[in-house]
Amino acid sequence: MLLIPCPFCGPRPELEFRYGGQAHIARPENPAALSDGEWAEFLYLRDNVRGVHAERWRHIHGCARFFNMLRDTTTDRILTTYKTGEPRPEAV
Amino acid sequence: MERFSGLSLLRHAMGGHQGWKPFWREPEPKPAYDAVIVGGGGHGMGAAYYLAKQHGMRNIAVLEKGWLGGGNTGRNTTIIRSNYLFPESAALYNHAVKLWETLSEELNYNTMFSQRGVLMLAHTVHDVQVFKRHVHANRAAGVDNEWLSAAECKAFCPPLNISANIRYPVMGGALQRRGGTARHDAVVWGYARAADSLGVDIIQNCAVTGIRRDASGAVEGVETERGFIRTRKVGVSAAGNTSVVMAMAGLRMPLESFPLQALVSEPVKPDFPCVVMSNTIHAYISQSDKGEMVIGAGTDAYTSYTQRGALHMTSHTLDAICELVPMYRRLRMLRNWGGIVDTTPDRSPIIAKTPVPGLYVNCGWGTGGFKATPGSAHLFAHTIAKDEPHPINAPFSLERFTTGRFIDEAAAAAVAH
Ligand SMILES: Cc1cc2nc3c(=O)[nH]c(=O)nc-3n(C[C@H](O)[C@H](O)[C@H](O)COP(=O)(O)OP(=O)(O)OC[C@H]3O[C@@H](n4cnc5c(N)ncnc54)[C@H](O)[C@@H]3O)c2cc1C
Ligand SMILES: [Zn+2]
Repeated sequence: MLLIPCPFCGPRPELEFRYGGQAHIARPENPAALSDGEWAEFLYLRDNVRGVHAERWRHIHGCARFFNMLRDTTTDRILTTYKTGEPRPEAV
Repeated sequence: MERFSGLSLLRHAMGGHQGWKPFWREPEPKPAYDAVIVGGGGHGMGAAYYLAKQHGMRNIAVLEKGWLGGGNTGRNTTIIRSNYLFPESAALYNHAVKLWETLSEELNYNTMFSQRGVLMLAHTVHDVQVFKRHVHANRAAGVDNEWLSAAECKAFCPPLNISANIRYPVMGGALQRRGGTARHDAVVWGYARAADSLGVDIIQNCAVTGIRRDASGAVEGVETERGFIRTRKVGVSAAGNTSVVMAMAGLRMPLESFPLQALVSEPVKPDFPCVVMSNTIHAYISQSDKGEMVIGAGTDAYTSYTQRGALHMTSHTLDAICELVPMYRRLRMLRNWGGIVDTTPDRSPIIAKTPVPGLYVNCGWGTGGFKATPGSAHLFAHTIAKDEPHPINAPFSLERFTTGRFIDEAAAAAVAH
């Protein structure tokens, strides 16, 4: 079980959180203008990185807030967490 | 290839089992092949076999980064069934079950396919309604599946606890009698031995590290740990690592890779006669021929390539097993492990051509592709050889994520084993 450092509450067990998938996927600004291919990309294509992955988590059984996290998917080591809206930090 | 039979076994026994030969060669990779399969699991090895056997493509190779069957093929709980909801899926998985029924004879290798029945338990009114709908849909599609009352479940599988005082009492179940299990290693070894005898080069410890494309964008060959190999056709069958391999050709996939775990108990005498699955309380269990109870857990919440998962996933499953079969509370668990499963948004697989000419992909089997091994391999070989899908796998395209023609087993089944 991961010990996840919520940027608002500090380290808490993974069971308090909900995983939210790949981070930094911006909702299209003008959805009506999107082609089917662009919709497919937005909705379904994922980087599925083997290495450092930027991902969303929600502290659903805590402060209930979303935040982002960098984690190495080859070791599950957590590198850092940061607030939604902040740019992705350099991998440490 | 030496033909195996009761007589050949006896002959080897008389010789003190000294005369066994390796099942396949260990060739050096050639500089060029007519086709290359990436990934030596059951699906990739099987595709190579059908390419050689049915499509006459014998100058081909399977490249495996580790050892044959060391991926999900050798890590799964071997449940085989075909009672999926949608006609496309029922046709796909039933194609596989039909091939399973004759696979040992076809390969002259005992895959230990055992049609002991797969019983899926219902614990809520919703389960009951959904399962009955499945039963009717399956029967209309010519796929066997039948409804059992709780008492009939108990008669079919005596160790089950069907009393009313457990947290989620058994309200009945759907039984597919033609479902069952097979020996996972034997499947890939059987395909490997037969493919090798048809001239297929099996190259282990040889990871593909790049896919080279020519000026027109078509596949030219693969970079590997053992040098460049020229080929016009590459079939990727790399399960959890598919996104990584496809990225080498510049493609992003509708896939996410999650850890999935399984565990086995100490071996005991034959006790558990069938396969039992419960999606609602998340437990599934069968007994291997060695006597171990084989138990599958759920996927972890997050994507990972670690081939291990969290302890709370396995303990959650064991809670459910101990309620369903209380006497197993005294069993000791011997080993647990994880595999990395590649899941699609609709939880149906992809067996298809790609936008890159000469590049084919078989992936997205997620938590439930062992059951499909012969069918998937057979259809993937067809797709590679003919450069177009077989009618059975035509709906399982990459384009469905653009057109929206999903085969939404995710909504229909939730858990797919
Ligand atoms: C714990 C667990 C339980 C499961 N239970 C069931 C079940 O009960 N029933 C069921 O139907 N399914 C089940 N599954 C799913 C099933 O195991 C898979 O869907 C199926 O085995 C996939 O077969 P495959 O041949 O495609 O993959 P694999 O056997 O994983 O083969 C892919 C191969 O590709 C190789 N590879 C990857 N990258 C490269 C590269 N760059 N170069 C060369 N080679 C590469 C890997 O080393 C691997 O050997 C389970 C899976 C797990 C993990
Ligand atoms: Zn918090």
